[in-house]
Amino acid sequence: MVSPATDGTPALEIKGLYAAYGQEPVLENISLSLPRGQWTAIVGPNGGGKSSLLSVVVGSLSPLRGELRILGQPSLAQRQAGCIAYMAQQERMEWDFPISVRDTVMTGRFGLMRQDPLWRRLLPRHWANPEHRLAVEEALEAVDMTELSARPIGALSGGQKKRVMLARALAQRAPILLLDEPLAGIDPPSEALIMAALQRQRRAGTTIIMVTHDLAGTRRHADQVLLINRTVVGMGAPEEMLKDSMLARLAVGATRMPAGEAPVAA
Amino acid sequence: MPLDDLATSLIEALTAALMLAVGLLPDSLAAPFEYRFMQRALLTSVLVGATCGLLSCFVVLKRWSLLGDAISHAVLPGVAIAYLLGWPFFVGAFVTGALTSLGIGAIERHTRIKSDAAMGLMFTAAFALGIVIISKITTSTHLMHILFGNVLGVQAQALMLTLLASLVAVLTIWLAYRPLLLYTFDPQQAQALGFNVSAIHYGLIMLLTLTIVASLETVGIILVVAMLVTPGATAHLLTDRFGTMLAISVGVGIVSAVAGLVLSVRLDVASGGAIVLVASGLFLVALLAAPRHGLIARRWRRWRFNRPTS
Repeated sequence: MVSPATDGTPALEIKGLYAAYGQEPVLENISLSLPRGQWTAIVGPNGGGKSSLLSVVVGSLSPLRGELRILGQPSLAQRQAGCIAYMAQQERMEWDFPISVRDTVMTGRFGLMRQDPLWRRLLPRHWANPEHRLAVEEALEAVDMTELSARPIGALSGGQKKRVMLARALAQRAPILLLDEPLAGIDPPSEALIMAALQRQRRAGTTIIMVTHDLAGTRRHADQVLLINRTVVGMGAPEEMLKDSMLARLAVGATRMPAGEAPVAA
Repeated sequence: MPLDDLATSLIEALTAALMLAVGLLPDSLAAPFEYRFMQRALLTSVLVGATCGLLSCFVVLKRWSLLGDAISHAVLPGVAIAYLLGWPFFVGAFVTGALTSLGIGAIERHTRIKSDAAMGLMFTAAFALGIVIISKITTSTHLMHILFGNVLGVQAQALMLTLLASLVAVLTIWLAYRPLLLYTFDPQQAQALGFNVSAIHYGLIMLLTLTIVASLETVGIILVVAMLVTPGATAHLLTDRFGTMLAISVGVGIVSAVAGLVLSVRLDVASGGAIVLVASGLFLVALLAAPRHGLIARRWRRWRFNRPTS
């Protein structure tokens, strides 16, 4: 794992990135640079490419062209090194899968387990490296799921499911957290738990990159806001980016942006 | 060939171990296993039941039942072509089975045709080709065995293939347990953690194809999909842990295969059908009586919930 060095290498750097689903372009000429150790909120209309941008970062959508670096390295290498923890929107998960809450969180450590010696990898989890178990217990504690850790995941409420997914990401102890709408459709207590856990992460120096529709929470907690509608509409401090004039411009989107106009500088 | 010798002695050892277990049975049940062909059938049944049971969990959880059916039908032209060329049947079977599953993937990815249509299209085309080729061949009992299965007629070569498939399946699932688990559970996360998702995907499909080919002579092309669905579905009703599900599924596979073999000898009925009927019976029992997910338990919970409290 790359240690959070003190040089100015950005957490995420993207240059001239284009991506499409089949014939449908979703990202056009995205260029951005997100600094390390900050909380970046990605805001934009539905279908504006927010989730697609995260998909490109974690390799499930291949860009048509453009460059993407994570802490100065290609994405695949950094993902294999465990530098990125990703929490997807959960609709595509198989909730009937026979697995407990604790084992679900443990799957977040599966990438790092590749660095374990072979004999440990061939044994059941009871003999796993104690570091993995410690990280899992800590992550469960951070989202207040320790008591329910033996439950099958199918028996959880929507908010609890989100908390487990966040715990799985936290268990990786990665320097970068990528979160796709972690607050969508959940109960207020779960939302409070998730936001508190993220603030602790932020204070501990983790880079947080989070797609969200929660503008109030973004104003309060984010260090910066990235406005996206097919392309970068703006990036800067929350109070700048979340002004009515900027949000109106975001809604109009990239299609009406005069050619050649540079996105608002950070 | 030393590899042949190794396989032969391994088969000897496994047979001896099984005969120890058979020795514990009452004489009336144990008597048929005096015969060499019955011992061979018993070992084949245990191996097929166990391997299908293992793979069955992945098939059920990945919703691959139709894919399993597709691959099993798609091996028919391979069997027929191999017969014409005088090759061992499993070579042809594996090749056409694997080609069909790749073809399904290609259609799915590069056209607007959905996966179930792609499967229905590819496997019926392959099966039709098999039927056309077979209609030109004078009737062969061996081909009939492959269509409907006959575990009593299993030859040494087929037993070795089954043994090989079992070893490959057990080793692969053991060595790649975590990637396979994560890919089955949440492929998006597997991708994000840098696992090679398409290698896992095609590896699992190749393993499925190998298992199907190895099970052909026992349960037959038409019924092999039952052994790839029923044990896993039964186990899914009985547990909420993946490791336990694998164990139960293997158990259901072995019990069905062995009980089906005994019944087919006792009642003089087709072995493939008997094996699948036993498996279906076990599923029915689990469906009714499973402690958490069974129909009776659900009724009971509803009744207790609605019970008037005095």
